[in-house]
Amino acid sequence: MENMVNVYFFGKKYSVPADLTIMTAMEYAGYTLKRGCGCRHGFCGACATVYRIKGKNELKTCLACQTQVEEGMYVASIPYFPTDKRTYEIEDLKADQRVMMELYPEIYSCIGCNACTNACTQNLNVMQYIAYAQRGEFEKCAEESFDCIGCGCCSVRCPAGISHPMVGVLARRLTGKYIAPESAHLNKRVEEIHEGAYDSLIEQIMQKPITEMQELYNTREIEK
Amino acid sequence: MFTPEMLESIKKVEATRPGRMGMEPKRMTADEKDALLKAYHPDYREDGFAEIQIGPNKGQKAPAELTHLLHSNSRLLHTQVDLDKIDYDVDVLVIGGGGAGASAAIEAHAAGANVMIATKLRIGDANTMMAEGGIQAADKENDSPVQHYLDAFGGGHFAARPELLRRLVMEAPDAIQWLNRLGVMFDKDSEGTMVTTHGGGTSRKRMHACKDYSGAEIMRTLRDEVLNRKIPVAEFTCAVELLKDEKGQVAGAVLLNLETEDYLVARAKTVILATGGAGRLHYQGFPTSNHYGATADGLILGYRAGAPLLYQDTIQYHPTGVAYPSQIFGALVTEKVRSLGAMLVNVEGEAFMHPLETRDVAAASIIRECSDRKKGVTTPLGSGVWLDTPMIELLGGEGTIEKRIPAMLRMYLNYGIDMRRQPILVYPTLHYQNGGLEIGGDGFTKAIPNLLVAGEAVGGIHGRNRLMGNSLLDIIVFGRNAGKAAAARAKEIVLGTANLDHVEAYAEALSAAGIATGDVSPLLLPKYARHER
Repeated sequence: MENMVNVYFFGKKYSVPADLTIMTAMEYAGYTLKRGCGCRHGFCGACATVYRIKGKNELKTCLACQTQVEEGMYVASIPYFPTDKRTYEIEDLKADQRVMMELYPEIYSCIGCNACTNACTQNLNVMQYIAYAQRGEFEKCAEESFDCIGCGCCSVRCPAGISHPMVGVLARRLTGKYIAPESAHLNKRVEEIHEGAYDSLIEQIMQKPITEMQELYNTREIEK
Repeated sequence: MFTPEMLESIKKVEATRPGRMGMEPKRMTADEKDALLKAYHPDYREDGFAEIQIGPNKGQKAPAELTHLLHSNSRLLHTQVDLDKIDYDVDVLVIGGGGAGASAAIEAHAAGANVMIATKLRIGDANTMMAEGGIQAADKENDSPVQHYLDAFGGGHFAARPELLRRLVMEAPDAIQWLNRLGVMFDKDSEGTMVTTHGGGTSRKRMHACKDYSGAEIMRTLRDEVLNRKIPVAEFTCAVELLKDEKGQVAGAVLLNLETEDYLVARAKTVILATGGAGRLHYQGFPTSNHYGATADGLILGYRAGAPLLYQDTIQYHPTGVAYPSQIFGALVTEKVRSLGAMLVNVEGEAFMHPLETRDVAAASIIRECSDRKKGVTTPLGSGVWLDTPMIELLGGEGTIEKRIPAMLRMYLNYGIDMRRQPILVYPTLHYQNGGLEIGGDGFTKAIPNLLVAGEAVGGIHGRNRLMGNSLLDIIVFGRNAGKAAAARAKEIVLGTANLDHVEAYAEALSAAGIATGDVSPLLLPKYARHER
């Protein structure tokens, strides 16, 4: 006999095998998921979920695809949350403090409650990366927020109405585009290709008979 | 938490580790690889395939589950949809909201076209988001697009279409530069030099990465750009059939609002199919690393409209899917784990192969170890081999795992396994559709002049096996190209009257062949719900 536990999806009780995740338990219970299900492997943030264990006060946030069911778990999914993404022309921005002031001024209303950090399904220090954004330290904000999958649990809990994942995206784009050093070798190679430096070489290899290609491939030198 | 048997085996892995640290297992010869693939790769299992009996690829084989869908009728066959009521009217309709679709939409928009995206789930719900290891481009001094071509052509068993592979390798550095200028944070040193590593089958270190969130970093940047440009995105709105006109062109698509189950009509001068892969069809019962929506929808739509498939019988099984614990069974363990030095080791602690063989060879080798050689580690759902991750910390220094593959570390820590201290158990997982709809070098299907395909739905770019890091690359290169080409072609296209005659014709062909599956296709969502009655 399989080890079963009782869980409550939207308040309704189901008995499910104890080794399932919340997501597979919902499917076991008969749900065909449309919303609240994406990559199923913890990368897309589609399955943001809140739960409380019966008899305990603490409200927890998690990803349904990465969290095993527990006895007495009361579960509600948050398949959509109205985070507020501001639009901008990335080419026109400059990586200075005013960018955040103009696009996401509400970050300066942060009251320091740390609810965002406590809610993060990736265990990121969310309040810290918002603090970096406030100070215009985009590279630090980018690094601290890098593993964000945009599930939005932080924003759900924020009393200041901050859309944290969107702040992180902006900081990372500013960092990737304006702050991190340019790759000279990349720019050089792009230029060489545009100038046609490889045109005849690639034509030649495309024309070679398969037997010759096999020989070339099987004897090619592999960088250590 | 490992079982006692697993812990016993780990002791053997630990005992052989010092001896393995300094050595490099020998690579297989071409003949050894051929023999191994024929004996153990799932593509060679006859009973996993079925013959396609109608349409352009009649007489060829495809995975049985795909053939079943190709042999099923449209859900619109006996449904009245008023095609004169147009809900969307655009120059370019992009079907699919992953990396290829987003790249295509951005380029079409930049070219001045009126473009929209229709996608089954949310924009970014795609295999792109889950790609971990990296993206290839020959941009280092010791490398060249020609060397990249050779690696990919050989790794794909000399079957790639040269005109497609040429585009892939020649436009790779430009793709990286484009992404970087959009703000993608690639791993670089303080001088700006890209941190690059090997992937299975590469002869140069040309794997660019964004930690092990490479695809996620690319996808969230592309998504942000699509939204900044205010390109309309219809989410939870999937294409269920292409529309055609009396000239044999495509004329848009019939869409389905997945939530209300209402049909919508999108009229379009050009259509780009960017619907991704097929992992959720679970060929041969394999688990998959793919996202929930990977059900080969675009292949069905394109084929029914008359576009041929290419290499639909070759599937990539990623050698290192999670074998244990069961909660994450089939999830991807990025190849980068091996790039960083982890070896594949059997139950006895023996390194049974070079860790950086191509994916098909590595998968076949693991299957051999777990089957005929009986040197796998037993798990609740089957068996697996060790991926000796503590080697990474020994080779690269303490903290390497947290810095370079944080997603992997997090995934396992969720289940009480610290991969820095203990090895992990892996087994092949259904990962990638090597084949797909056939296109020319310009991105258009050869059968239909205003239908394009981009991304995993394309067949022929990689041949019969794909190297790590060439898929993130192909969605960008061919996505961008499709967007530009579609925007240009839209200016020349004069649409006739939209119809669904090809759906009727397809039904007649099925009927004439005596085929009745009783199902409709495309599948749209996998059937995971369990119903007691």
